[in-house]
Amino acid sequence: MTTLANSLGGYEDTRKNSYSLERFLQEPVSPTTSRYGRFGGTSPSGSMAGMGPVMGGEYRGLGGNARRPRLLLMGQKRSGKSSISSVVFHKMPPTETLFLESTTRIQKDPIHSFMDFHVWDFPGQLDFLDPTFDFDHIFGELGALIWVIDAQDEYLDPLSRLHSTIIAIQRTYPIINIEVFIHKVDGLSDEYKLDTQRDIMQRTQDELSDAGLDSVQVSYHLTSIYDHSIFEAFSKVIQKLIPQLGTLENLLNMLCLNSGIEKAFLFDVLSKIYIATDSSPVDVQSYEICSDYIDVIVDVSEIYGYDRKPATQLPGYTPGETPAADEEDTAPEASSIIRLQNGMVLYLREINKYLALICLMRKEGLEKQGLVDFNVQVFQNALTRVFEIGRS
Amino acid sequence: MEERKGRKKKVLLMGKSGSGKSSMRSIVFSNYVAKDTRRLGATIDVEHSHVRFLGNLTLNLWDCGGQDAFMENYLSQQRDHIFKNVEVLIYVFDIESREFERDLITYSSCIEALRDNSSNALIFCLVHKMDLVQNEMRERLFLERSAVLRERSRGMDIVCYPTSIWDETLYKAWAQIVYNLIPNLPQLESHLRRFAEIAEAEEVILFERTTFLVISAVTRASEPNPFPDRFEKISNIVKQFKQSCTKMASNFTAFELRAHSFSAFIDVLTPNTYILVVMPANAAESATTLMNIAVARKHFEKLEKDSGGRVAERALDGH
Ligand SMILES: Nc1nc2c(ncn2[C@@H]2O[C@H](COP(=O)(O)OP(=O)(O)OP(=O)(O)O)[C@@H](O)[C@H]2O)c(=O)[nH]1
Ligand SMILES: Nc1nc2c(ncn2[C@@H]2O[C@H](COP(=O)(O)OP(=O)(O)OP(=O)(O)O)[C@@H](O)[C@H]2O)c(=O)[nH]1
Ligand SMILES: [Mg+2]
Ligand SMILES: [Mg+2]
Repeated sequence: MTTLANSLGGYEDTRKNSYSLERFLQEPVSPTTSRYGRFGGTSPSGSMAGMGPVMGGEYRGLGGNARRPRLLLMGQKRSGKSSISSVVFHKMPPTETLFLESTTRIQKDPIHSFMDFHVWDFPGQLDFLDPTFDFDHIFGELGALIWVIDAQDEYLDPLSRLHSTIIAIQRTYPIINIEVFIHKVDGLSDEYKLDTQRDIMQRTQDELSDAGLDSVQVSYHLTSIYDHSIFEAFSKVIQKLIPQLGTLENLLNMLCLNSGIEKAFLFDVLSKIYIATDSSPVDVQSYEICSDYIDVIVDVSEIYGYDRKPATQLPGYTPGETPAADEEDTAPEASSIIRLQNGMVLYLREINKYLALICLMRKEGLEKQGLVDFNVQVFQNALTRVFEIGRS
Repeated sequence: MEERKGRKKKVLLMGKSGSGKSSMRSIVFSNYVAKDTRRLGATIDVEHSHVRFLGNLTLNLWDCGGQDAFMENYLSQQRDHIFKNVEVLIYVFDIESREFERDLITYSSCIEALRDNSSNALIFCLVHKMDLVQNEMRERLFLERSAVLRERSRGMDIVCYPTSIWDETLYKAWAQIVYNLIPNLPQLESHLRRFAEIAEAEEVILFERTTFLVISAVTRASEPNPFPDRFEKISNIVKQFKQSCTKMASNFTAFELRAHSFSAFIDVLTPNTYILVVMPANAAESATTLMNIAVARKHFEKLEKDSGGRVAERALDGH
């Protein structure tokens, strides 16, 4: 094992954004409230006009001002679009989606995270191929069209709507990634799932090649809000929109190599989307346990991360300083370890306001925890640099 | 042998078919998660399970299938067999039931049978599947239902809880129920308090190992925690995580979180318990807290072994 600093050639600490994991988890939040809402204006009723205020001077993370990809959620009425957006971006427990009402206007949801983006939830009943519709307004930005198909329902009709949409937008807006979510696959047998996926892929391919669009890339994901699949699908959708993905992967590879780590994920804490991982293959169990680990951290931090009075502060605390400023500059990032019976260890480190690193390793690897901690610190500094370059 | 028998506590789980009895049992005692319960079939007659709890307390769960034919049978041919020697009756009501009045008639008959055969039994009514009710309506509906239940309980005292397998309310209700059955609790609690003081912890919680139900807790934080329902929340959080560990064919043994305003440690305490220790920020090195837990482990193991009721007072700091 070597220290990562050597391999990276010593970055200076340029960290300016050491926010605490629990600071923004302090307030108890009702499940239906947007946690993201606290970082910037969300428009709760999704007003058509305006993107909601963008916080001035706020840490912006990757991408900067200019690029704000859009995730467009489209598909049949009741296919599950609003449920998906509520579960992934607003922490709504899946069972509560039963009470969601049908969407009547486009819900534009600005998400301020490691990268700013927008989620647009369309009403299923909307015929956006209507010629009066402002195509440029919808498809004119980089992003992804996420087409949600209810796999528990008749899907031929929705599928042909997907095809005509692709055909309509393809030539003019080729920068939009097309992602098909074959949704509500909970309760379907594995065989049925795969058959459905095969059928949908085949029909789409046929249709597109009839239209002379063989080269169009379409990605398919089997999803359900009742398990991790929806988060995993979003991870893949988002990763395609991160320009620095390659750099992030390289950094993670180096970290793993130098610290005896078997698998490392960089997670967006609030959505549980992983924005990058090292290049070793992802097995579903590792991803799932890391994702569940985040739940544990977030939930426990929410319960115990409440504001204590200065009386319970450490002795070194001097009354003159304002605790908040003090904390921002010196508080180390939250960190956590879980040991499993089979000798595996999960190691978590808060990276900044939005991101957490989770590593899977053998317990022997953690015997030199100081080295691992150090390498993670170096990784963190390098990441901060990547963000800063991304912004300027 | 006699004594062991005495510690087997018969717990009846009753209620209409489909009300959720087996679901709750599987989640609390068999490591199911909520969505797994969709696969459960109706229970035929009575399903017995023996759950070893703390020390030599064993819960003898009678999960009584709730279809009409079975219910009639329990109340007639099997009346004595079912309702004799009962320590606890847990009666489950489906909040969405379309025939509440009919449920009540069956309920009253069961209470009558219980009163005749086990007059000292504790009765808990769970108003279940509350997740199917919109948030704002839950409390009012629960109060309404529990008032009616009280009226129809033939003068027996009952305790009601709103529950759902989809949130921590399940753990709250079951922890309260089980709490009533644990022997030598005062002793356990005084030891836990000693430990919390020695370790200078803000909070210490003792959990039963397989169910992760809260057995006892000590809070020393000067600042009140804004979550009064945190114990059952933690049961729920940890149970969920235990379940995800099984996907990796493993279980978790220890958890450590160092955050800004606190540190938290979860560790195995005795063969039957886990302990959660919450420390104020920067209070001590992790190693110190872990060592304190290791020391406490010995004392609590002894306490557990001796929990036949004849435990000599052992001060925690006697090491
Ligand atoms: N079984 C299952 N049901 C789901 C899933 N996702 C959503 N649903 C259910 O699907 C129903 C409709 O969901 P919505 O999110 O309102 O659908 P929508 O696509 O937004 O509908 P419109 O707004 O009318 O276009 C709700 O009852 C959800 O609970 C899923 O993954 N599995
Ligand atoms: N929404 C909701 N469904 C629940 C809840 N608890 C159980 N269920 C569902 O209710 C159904 C029936 O549950 P069971 O536990 O088999 O019912 P039971 O009371 O054991 O029924 P019998 O064995 O026939 O007496 C299952 O599909 C569960 O998933 C709950 O809290 N909320
Ligand atoms: Mg909708
Ligand atoms: Mg049953």
